[in-house]
Amino acid sequence: MGIRFDSVTVRYGDNTVLDSLDLTVEPGEVMALLGPSGSGKTTALRAVAGFVTPAAGRVLIGGRDVTALPPHRRGIGMVVQQYALFPHLRVEQNVAFGLKARKVPRARIAERVSEALRMTGMERYARRYPRELSGGQQQRVAIARALAIRPGVLLLDEPLSALDAQLRSGMLAELARLHRELPDVSILYVTHDQIEALTLADRIAVMDKARLQDCGTPQDLYRRPRTEFTASFVGNANLLPVTVIGDAVRFGGTELKVPVDGIAPGAAATLCVRPHLVGLGEGPNALRGTVAEVQWRGATHRVFVDIDGHQIKADVRELRTPPALGQQVAVHFATQDAVLLGAGVADG
Amino acid sequence: MLVHSRGGRWAVWIVFFALFLPVFALPFLVIMVASFATSWSGAFPSGMTLGHYQELTKGDSPHALLTSLVTALVASLAALAIGTWAALGAEALRRRGRRVVDALFMLPVAVPSVVVGLSLLVAFSKPPLLLNGTSTIVITAHTVLVTAFAYQSVAAALTRLDPAYEQSAASLGARPSYVLWRVKLPLLLPSLTAAAGLCFALSMGELSATMMLYPPNWVPLPVTIFGATDRGALFTGAALAVVLMASTLLVLFAVSRIRNRASYR
Repeated sequence: MGIRFDSVTVRYGDNTVLDSLDLTVEPGEVMALLGPSGSGKTTALRAVAGFVTPAAGRVLIGGRDVTALPPHRRGIGMVVQQYALFPHLRVEQNVAFGLKARKVPRARIAERVSEALRMTGMERYARRYPRELSGGQQQRVAIARALAIRPGVLLLDEPLSALDAQLRSGMLAELARLHRELPDVSILYVTHDQIEALTLADRIAVMDKARLQDCGTPQDLYRRPRTEFTASFVGNANLLPVTVIGDAVRFGGTELKVPVDGIAPGAAATLCVRPHLVGLGEGPNALRGTVAEVQWRGATHRVFVDIDGHQIKADVRELRTPPALGQQVAVHFATQDAVLLGAGVADG
Repeated sequence: MLVHSRGGRWAVWIVFFALFLPVFALPFLVIMVASFATSWSGAFPSGMTLGHYQELTKGDSPHALLTSLVTALVASLAALAIGTWAALGAEALRRRGRRVVDALFMLPVAVPSVVVGLSLLVAFSKPPLLLNGTSTIVITAHTVLVTAFAYQSVAAALTRLDPAYEQSAASLGARPSYVLWRVKLPLLLPSLTAAAGLCFALSMGELSATMMLYPPNWVPLPVTIFGATDRGALFTGAALAVVLMASTLLVLFAVSRIRNRASYR
């Protein structure tokens, strides 16, 4: 079942928290809503679940307008940040909750509960109470509970944010596997973590200030961001204000060869280069400046270079002799690794 | 620990006992001792006896105890039902509406209970609502007086309840009534039993409104105690008071057992 936002606007009093969102999640697709807190991503998810009523627009699930339907008649599965497992019910009762509420025959309930627990690897914990489980296990039960009702749509609201880093990457793989097992379920995945979005999503919708900023496949957004916000929020980015001159751009006094993509000569633009694509030393598109900071990050060094009042980050393979602070260095990048963002100029 | 130095801790303990013992603990001890005494003229009572308690097994006292227990039980259950219902209803209101309901339920606490008793007496003394002289009017008065506490504890518990439970239940396909019975009320159970216990204890000790209303065939224990001390039977009154205390504590203890079993997480 797909999800469609049709110009959905949500207001709290005078405060617009979601501004005419148009977005379609195809059946079986994993769509990540990525954005900082207050960007409207959770509001969008809650509009699908039915916990907020749009001031304007429609929400469609599987082609059916559900805007006026109460939450319990929408047929969705949902997992929230703190899981909200019912503390007075055992794991199996938690998983059976939705089935009982829907008056599924008793024999079928047992079958579906054990299926959901098997899929999430929690069969052994069926008789436990939620308080007797670890965070990761509670997470699995919450997913099992949502999957037991065989929803066409699964809503995940920051499902991994309460887990520690190691568990999180394990659960990411687990979620990807679950989705392979249930290829027909559309997943709307709200997160502020770009790694989660890049790893899991078929497409990412980038949200900021109550609006959809950008939408595309992870590769697309990462390699060819369309806005400065996307560039800096999806992965790291060096953003430099430049002026277009013919088929190149000028940054300070330096001319740089980059794909101009039909932006008119004389126009101001922002140049985006990913730090790991910036090399240290002379090369094509070289810029010279002084080392402002060197951070050792295990496998890499991040070198911050001041160039004409702007800072460029270069992530390079661990250096045997990292440059000293204040040392004059050159950085460079390949023409095809740079992206020119059309709109205004801001200092990255 | 707020106080770190050893001397400071001693000082706090001494102040605590200096305040607690004479004001809270000693009077109870005196009542207990007095209930076994036949005379108390000097510093200590004399003529220790079980006679007062034996007396209580005859006469009106057993009936008074039963009356109190029934009144308190019915009143606290009714108060719990009304208070919970009102708190659930108020939760759905906007801020201003909720404030009005809050104020309404505070009224019986703000108004002296003698006034509550009198107003019920005046209101229900004529047909079609002629309750004067019945046990119903006493139970009604107790219910009115303790519902405020039930409402407040349940309302407070509701604001602490994470809405994510309700929402998760709804997203799983549970109708609002199903969510109420299977999720909200079970999660509120510890607060509900605490509220019931509080109401029960308050009702067991209620005197002033009861005095305005009680009919001859429905005399709760506090009225009997008042009557006994009023006619000078101080030691009998003390024995009755001990019975009242003990039975209230017994019920509260039983309720707290339920609460312990019902508290999650």
